[in-house]
Amino acid sequence: MSLPRLSLIFATAVLVGCFVSGCSSSTRSVKAASVKPDKERKPAPDFALKDADGKVVHLADYRGKVVLLDFWATWCGPCKIEIPWFMEMQRKNKDKGFEVLGVAMDDEGWEAVKPFVTDLRVNYRVVIGNDATAELYGGVDALPTTFLIDREGKIAAVHVGLTSKKDFEDGVAELLQTPTTAVPGRAAVPAIIGAKY
Amino acid sequence: MLLFLPLSAQNTKQYLTIGELPKVAGKRSAAVQARIPVTVQMGFHVNSNAPKDEYLIPLKLTWKSTGVLEAGQVVYPKPSLEKYEFAESPLSVYTGAFELVTNFKVAANAPAGPGVAAGQLRYQACNDRACFPPKTIEINLPYQVQ
Repeated sequence: MSLPRLSLIFATAVLVGCFVSGCSSSTRSVKAASVKPDKERKPAPDFALKDADGKVVHLADYRGKVVLLDFWATWCGPCKIEIPWFMEMQRKNKDKGFEVLGVAMDDEGWEAVKPFVTDLRVNYRVVIGNDATAELYGGVDALPTTFLIDREGKIAAVHVGLTSKKDFEDGVAELLQTPTTAVPGRAAVPAIIGAKY
Repeated sequence: MLLFLPLSAQNTKQYLTIGELPKVAGKRSAAVQARIPVTVQMGFHVNSNAPKDEYLIPLKLTWKSTGVLEAGQVVYPKPSLEKYEFAESPLSVYTGAFELVTNFKVAANAPAGPGVAAGQLRYQACNDRACFPPKTIEINLPYQVQ
Protein backbone atom coordinates (compact mmCIF):
# COMPACT_ATOMS: atom_id res chain seq x y z
CA MET A 1 0.00 0.00 0.00
CA SER A 2 1.34 3.42 -1.00
CA LEU A 3 2.03 6.15 1.52
CA PRO A 4 -0.64 8.60 0.16
CA ARG A 5 -3.21 5.87 0.30
CA LEU A 6 -2.29 5.04 3.93
CA SER A 7 -2.56 8.71 4.82
CA LEU A 8 -6.00 8.90 3.27
CA ILE A 9 -7.18 5.87 5.28
CA PHE A 10 -5.79 7.39 8.49
CA ALA A 11 -7.45 10.75 7.84
CA THR A 12 -10.78 9.06 7.13
CA ALA A 13 -10.52 7.04 10.35
CA VAL A 14 -9.87 10.23 12.34
CA LEU A 15 -12.84 11.97 10.75
CA VAL A 16 -15.16 9.03 11.45
CA GLY A 17 -13.85 8.88 15.01
CA CYS A 18 -14.56 12.58 15.47
CA PHE A 19 -18.06 12.16 14.11
CA VAL A 20 -18.84 9.31 16.51
CA SER A 21 -17.23 10.62 19.70
CA GLY A 22 -16.99 14.34 19.08
CA CYS A 23 -13.83 16.35 18.48
CA SER A 24 -12.69 19.77 19.47
CA SER A 25 -9.53 21.68 19.03
CA SER A 26 -9.07 21.81 22.82
CA THR A 27 -10.12 19.22 25.43
CA ARG A 28 -12.81 16.66 24.80
CA SER A 29 -16.25 17.65 26.07
CA VAL A 30 -17.55 15.69 29.07
CA LYS A 31 -21.26 15.09 29.52
CA ALA A 32 -22.23 13.58 32.86
CA ALA A 33 -25.52 11.71 32.96
CA SER A 34 -26.28 12.92 36.47
CA VAL A 35 -25.94 16.64 35.73
CA LYS A 36 -29.23 18.41 35.11
CA PRO A 37 -29.72 20.80 32.21
CA ASP A 38 -29.14 24.41 33.25
CA LYS A 39 -32.81 25.42 33.07
CA GLU A 40 -33.81 22.68 35.54
CA ARG A 41 -31.35 23.73 38.23
CA LYS A 42 -32.51 25.43 41.43
CA PRO A 43 -30.47 27.82 43.57
CA ALA A 44 -28.45 26.16 46.33
CA PRO A 45 -29.69 27.62 49.63
CA ASP A 46 -27.12 29.70 51.43
CA PHE A 47 -26.01 28.85 54.95
CA ALA A 48 -23.60 30.17 57.53
CA LEU A 49 -21.69 27.41 59.34
CA LYS A 50 -18.44 27.41 61.27
CA ASP A 51 -15.27 25.70 60.14
CA ALA A 52 -12.61 24.17 62.38
CA ASP A 53 -11.08 27.58 63.08
CA GLY A 54 -14.42 29.04 64.12
CA LYS A 55 -14.65 31.08 60.93
CA VAL A 56 -18.16 31.44 59.51
CA VAL A 57 -18.48 29.95 56.05
CA HIS A 58 -21.23 31.12 53.70
CA LEU A 59 -21.96 28.95 50.69
CA ALA A 60 -22.55 32.14 48.73
CA ASP A 61 -18.87 32.98 49.18
CA TYR A 62 -18.16 30.22 46.66
CA ARG A 63 -20.15 31.86 43.86
CA GLY A 64 -18.17 31.62 40.64
CA LYS A 65 -16.75 28.23 41.59
CA VAL A 66 -17.96 24.70 41.09
CA VAL A 67 -18.68 23.28 44.53
CA LEU A 68 -19.00 19.70 45.66
CA LEU A 69 -21.08 19.96 48.84
CA ASP A 70 -20.85 16.73 50.80
CA PHE A 71 -23.10 15.96 53.76
CA TRP A 72 -21.34 13.27 55.79
CA ALA A 73 -20.63 12.01 59.31
CA THR A 74 -17.81 10.22 61.08
CA TRP A 75 -20.09 7.23 61.77
CA CYS A 76 -20.94 6.83 58.08
CA GLY A 77 -18.99 4.02 56.41
CA PRO A 78 -19.88 4.90 52.80
CA CYS A 79 -18.78 8.49 53.47
CA LYS A 80 -15.30 7.22 54.29
CA ILE A 81 -15.04 5.65 50.84
CA GLU A 82 -15.90 8.89 49.08
CA ILE A 83 -13.81 11.32 51.15
CA PRO A 84 -10.45 10.24 49.64
CA TRP A 85 -11.97 10.69 46.17
CA PHE A 86 -13.00 14.22 47.08
CA MET A 87 -9.52 14.93 48.43
CA GLU A 88 -8.05 13.82 45.12
CA MET A 89 -10.56 15.93 43.17
CA GLN A 90 -9.75 18.93 45.35
CA ARG A 91 -6.04 18.51 44.58
CA LYS A 92 -6.58 18.10 40.85
CA ASN A 93 -9.15 20.84 40.29
CA LYS A 94 -8.54 23.52 42.89
CA ASP A 95 -6.80 25.77 40.38
CA LYS A 96 -9.67 25.40 37.91
CA GLY A 97 -12.23 27.02 40.19
CA PHE A 98 -13.38 23.98 42.14
CA GLU A 99 -13.87 23.49 45.87
CA VAL A 100 -15.06 20.66 48.03
CA LEU A 101 -17.02 21.68 51.11
CA GLY A 102 -17.83 19.02 53.69
CA VAL A 103 -20.79 19.41 56.03
CA ALA A 104 -20.32 17.07 58.98
CA MET A 105 -23.60 16.04 60.58
CA ASP A 106 -22.20 14.64 63.82
CA ASP A 107 -24.25 15.70 66.85
CA GLU A 108 -21.04 15.91 68.89
CA GLY A 109 -19.63 18.55 66.53
CA TRP A 110 -15.91 19.21 66.36
CA GLU A 111 -15.23 16.92 69.32
CA ALA A 112 -15.96 13.98 67.02
CA VAL A 113 -15.09 15.54 63.68
CA LYS A 114 -11.68 17.08 64.37
CA PRO A 115 -9.85 13.80 65.15
CA PHE A 116 -11.45 12.23 62.10
CA VAL A 117 -10.43 14.93 59.61
CA THR A 118 -6.96 14.96 61.16
CA ASP A 119 -6.63 11.17 60.82
CA LEU A 120 -7.70 11.26 57.19
CA ARG A 121 -5.73 14.46 56.45
CA VAL A 122 -8.75 15.99 54.79
CA ASN A 123 -7.49 18.74 52.49
CA TYR A 124 -10.72 20.66 52.00
CA ARG A 125 -12.87 22.82 54.21
CA VAL A 126 -15.27 21.15 56.61
CA VAL A 127 -18.06 22.81 58.57
CA ILE A 128 -20.42 21.43 61.18
CA GLY A 129 -23.98 21.08 59.93
CA ASN A 130 -27.23 20.88 61.82
CA ASP A 131 -30.87 19.94 61.30
CA ALA A 132 -31.66 23.38 59.90
CA THR A 133 -29.00 22.98 57.21
CA ALA A 134 -30.25 19.51 56.35
CA GLU A 135 -33.78 20.91 56.11
CA LEU A 136 -32.64 23.64 53.72
CA TYR A 137 -31.43 20.91 51.39
CA GLY A 138 -34.67 18.94 51.37
CA GLY A 139 -34.24 17.10 54.65
CA VAL A 140 -30.95 15.29 54.19
CA ASP A 141 -31.22 12.02 56.13
CA ALA A 142 -29.22 9.39 54.25
CA LEU A 143 -25.49 9.97 54.32
CA PRO A 144 -23.54 10.57 52.23
CA THR A 145 -25.65 13.02 50.26
CA THR A 146 -23.65 15.11 47.83
CA PHE A 147 -24.67 18.14 45.81
CA LEU A 148 -22.77 19.42 42.78
CA ILE A 149 -23.24 23.15 42.55
CA ASP A 150 -22.45 25.07 39.38
CA ARG A 151 -20.58 28.36 39.12
CA GLU A 152 -23.84 30.28 39.36
CA GLY A 153 -24.71 28.70 42.69
CA LYS A 154 -27.31 26.31 41.30
CA ILE A 155 -27.67 22.64 42.17
CA ALA A 156 -26.66 20.67 39.10
CA ALA A 157 -26.68 17.16 40.56
CA VAL A 158 -27.61 15.30 43.73
CA HIS A 159 -26.17 11.97 44.77
CA VAL A 160 -27.76 10.12 47.69
CA GLY A 161 -25.71 7.28 49.11
CA LEU A 162 -22.44 5.84 47.89
CA THR A 163 -21.91 6.89 44.27
CA SER A 164 -19.25 5.89 41.77
CA LYS A 165 -16.10 7.99 41.61
CA LYS A 166 -16.61 8.36 37.86
CA ASP A 167 -20.03 9.94 38.35
CA PHE A 168 -18.47 12.62 40.52
CA GLU A 169 -15.50 13.16 38.22
CA ASP A 170 -17.68 13.44 35.12
CA GLY A 171 -20.08 15.81 36.86
CA VAL A 172 -17.30 18.09 38.07
CA ALA A 173 -15.56 17.99 34.68
CA GLU A 174 -18.77 19.00 32.92
CA LEU A 175 -19.47 21.87 35.29
CA LEU A 176 -15.88 23.12 35.06
CA GLN A 177 -16.26 23.41 31.28
CA THR A 178 -18.73 26.23 31.79
CA PRO A 179 -16.86 29.52 31.95
CA THR A 180 -17.36 31.82 34.92
CA THR A 181 -20.09 34.38 34.40
CA ALA A 182 -21.08 34.97 38.01
CA VAL A 183 -19.25 37.55 40.07
CA PRO A 184 -17.35 35.75 42.83
CA GLY A 185 -18.42 36.63 46.34
CA ARG A 186 -21.51 36.57 48.46
CA ALA A 187 -24.91 36.91 46.90
CA ALA A 188 -28.34 36.42 48.36
CA VAL A 189 -29.66 32.96 47.56
CA PRO A 190 -33.18 32.21 48.70
CA ALA A 191 -33.47 29.42 51.21
CA ILE A 192 -36.41 27.17 50.46
CA ILE A 193 -37.25 25.20 53.58
CA GLY A 194 -38.00 21.57 52.81
CA ALA A 195 -37.49 21.98 49.08
CA LYS A 196 -36.56 18.82 47.22
CA TYR A 197 -33.61 18.84 44.90
CA MET B 1 -43.72 -12.74 92.09
CA LEU B 2 -42.76 -10.40 89.27
CA LEU B 3 -44.75 -9.90 86.12
CA PHE B 4 -43.26 -8.38 83.00
CA LEU B 5 -45.89 -6.85 80.78
CA PRO B 6 -45.55 -6.00 77.10
CA LEU B 7 -42.90 -3.46 76.36
CA SER B 8 -43.91 -0.12 74.96
CA ALA B 9 -41.68 1.98 72.75
CA GLN B 10 -42.28 5.17 70.90
CA ASN B 11 -41.10 4.72 67.34
CA THR B 12 -40.83 7.59 64.95
CA LYS B 13 -38.83 7.01 61.76
CA GLN B 14 -37.03 3.89 62.85
CA TYR B 15 -35.04 1.19 61.11
CA LEU B 16 -35.38 -1.09 64.11
CA THR B 17 -38.47 -2.10 66.05
CA ILE B 18 -39.05 -3.54 69.51
CA GLY B 19 -41.41 -6.49 69.75
CA GLU B 20 -43.74 -7.60 72.52
CA LEU B 21 -42.28 -9.19 75.64
CA PRO B 22 -43.52 -12.48 77.03
CA LYS B 23 -45.04 -12.27 80.54
CA VAL B 24 -42.51 -13.13 83.25
CA ALA B 25 -43.13 -13.78 86.92
CA GLY B 26 -40.69 -13.55 89.86
CA LYS B 27 -40.47 -13.15 93.63
CA ARG B 28 -38.80 -10.60 95.95
CA SER B 29 -35.01 -11.00 95.84
CA ALA B 30 -35.41 -13.17 92.78
CA ALA B 31 -33.29 -12.89 89.70
CA VAL B 32 -35.47 -12.22 86.68
CA GLN B 33 -34.69 -11.82 83.06
CA ALA B 34 -36.14 -9.46 80.46
CA ARG B 35 -35.74 -10.64 76.89
CA ILE B 36 -36.35 -7.77 74.53
CA PRO B 37 -37.13 -8.85 70.98
CA VAL B 38 -35.63 -6.57 68.37
CA THR B 39 -36.06 -6.61 64.60
CA VAL B 40 -33.94 -4.69 62.15
CA GLN B 41 -35.79 -3.67 59.00
CA MET B 42 -34.98 -5.81 55.99
CA GLY B 43 -32.15 -4.43 53.87
CA PHE B 44 -30.63 -2.58 56.83
CA HIS B 45 -28.10 -3.45 59.49
CA VAL B 46 -27.17 -1.84 62.78
CA ASN B 47 -23.74 -1.78 64.35
CA SER B 48 -23.29 -4.37 67.06
CA ASN B 49 -22.56 -3.40 70.67
CA ALA B 50 -18.86 -3.63 69.83
CA PRO B 51 -18.14 -2.36 66.32
CA LYS B 52 -14.57 -2.74 65.13
CA ASP B 53 -14.23 0.83 63.93
CA GLU B 54 -13.96 3.36 66.76
CA TYR B 55 -16.01 5.91 64.80
CA LEU B 56 -19.02 3.65 64.42
CA ILE B 57 -21.85 4.02 66.93
CA PRO B 58 -22.59 0.85 68.89
CA LEU B 59 -26.03 -0.48 69.70
CA LYS B 60 -26.54 0.18 73.39
CA LEU B 61 -29.35 -0.55 75.82
CA THR B 62 -29.28 1.66 78.87
CA TRP B 63 -31.66 1.47 81.81
CA LYS B 64 -32.31 4.95 83.18
CA SER B 65 -34.64 4.12 86.07
CA THR B 66 -35.71 0.68 87.14
CA GLY B 67 -37.78 1.21 90.27
CA VAL B 68 -37.49 -1.76 92.62
CA LEU B 69 -35.50 -3.69 90.05
CA GLU B 70 -31.77 -3.71 90.36
CA ALA B 71 -30.50 -3.63 86.81
CA GLY B 72 -27.78 -6.09 86.09
CA GLN B 73 -25.76 -6.76 83.01
CA VAL B 74 -27.19 -6.36 79.54
CA VAL B 75 -26.33 -9.38 77.43
CA TYR B 76 -25.96 -8.70 73.74
CA PRO B 77 -26.21 -11.46 71.14
CA LYS B 78 -23.23 -12.59 69.13
CA PRO B 79 -22.89 -10.24 66.16
CA SER B 80 -22.39 -11.38 62.62
CA LEU B 81 -19.49 -10.26 60.48
CA GLU B 82 -20.78 -8.96 57.19
CA LYS B 83 -18.88 -7.57 54.23
CA TYR B 84 -20.27 -4.47 52.59
CA GLU B 85 -19.15 -2.63 49.47
CA PHE B 86 -18.30 0.47 51.49
CA ALA B 87 -16.00 -1.22 54.00
CA GLU B 88 -12.63 -2.82 53.43
CA SER B 89 -13.13 -5.48 56.10
CA PRO B 90 -16.26 -7.19 57.45
CA LEU B 91 -18.32 -5.17 59.92
CA SER B 92 -19.68 -6.40 63.24
CA VAL B 93 -23.43 -5.97 62.84
CA TYR B 94 -26.90 -7.17 63.75
CA THR B 95 -29.50 -7.88 61.11
CA GLY B 96 -32.96 -9.41 61.19
CA ALA B 97 -34.41 -10.52 64.54
CA PHE B 98 -32.49 -10.91 67.78
CA GLU B 99 -32.96 -10.53 71.53
CA LEU B 100 -31.41 -8.22 74.08
CA VAL B 101 -31.35 -9.77 77.52
CA THR B 102 -31.20 -7.85 80.79
CA ASN B 103 -30.75 -9.64 84.09
CA PHE B 104 -32.59 -7.88 86.91
CA LYS B 105 -32.88 -8.63 90.60
CA VAL B 106 -36.00 -7.66 92.53
CA ALA B 107 -35.14 -5.66 95.64
CA ALA B 108 -35.53 -7.62 98.86
CA ASN B 109 -37.81 -4.97 100.31
CA ALA B 110 -39.83 -4.36 97.15
CA PRO B 111 -43.47 -3.64 97.89
CA ALA B 112 -46.04 -5.63 96.00
CA GLY B 113 -47.52 -3.79 93.08
CA PRO B 114 -46.79 -2.46 89.62
CA GLY B 115 -43.87 -0.41 88.40
CA VAL B 116 -42.11 0.65 85.23
CA ALA B 117 -38.47 0.32 84.28
CA ALA B 118 -37.40 2.99 81.81
CA GLY B 119 -34.60 2.52 79.37
CA GLN B 120 -33.25 3.65 76.03
CA LEU B 121 -32.00 1.71 73.07
CA ARG B 122 -29.57 3.65 70.90
CA TYR B 123 -28.54 2.39 67.52
CA GLN B 124 -27.28 3.50 64.16
CA ALA B 125 -28.44 1.89 60.95
CA CYS B 126 -27.10 1.64 57.41
CA ASN B 127 -28.02 -0.14 54.24
CA ASP B 128 -25.46 -1.17 51.64
CA ARG B 129 -25.10 2.35 50.22
CA ALA B 130 -25.97 4.86 52.94
CA CYS B 131 -26.11 5.39 56.67
CA PHE B 132 -28.75 7.09 58.78
CA PRO B 133 -28.43 9.25 61.89
CA PRO B 134 -28.32 7.53 65.27
CA LYS B 135 -31.74 6.91 66.78
CA THR B 136 -32.95 6.34 70.29
CA ILE B 137 -36.00 4.28 71.21
CA GLU B 138 -37.55 4.93 74.60
CA ILE B 139 -38.40 1.71 76.41
CA ASN B 140 -40.98 1.56 79.18
CA LEU B 141 -41.07 -1.85 80.74
CA PRO B 142 -44.01 -2.33 83.09
CA TYR B 143 -43.56 -4.87 85.86
CA GLN B 144 -45.56 -6.25 88.73
CA VAL B 145 -44.18 -7.40 92.06
CA GLN B 146 -46.52 -9.95 93.58
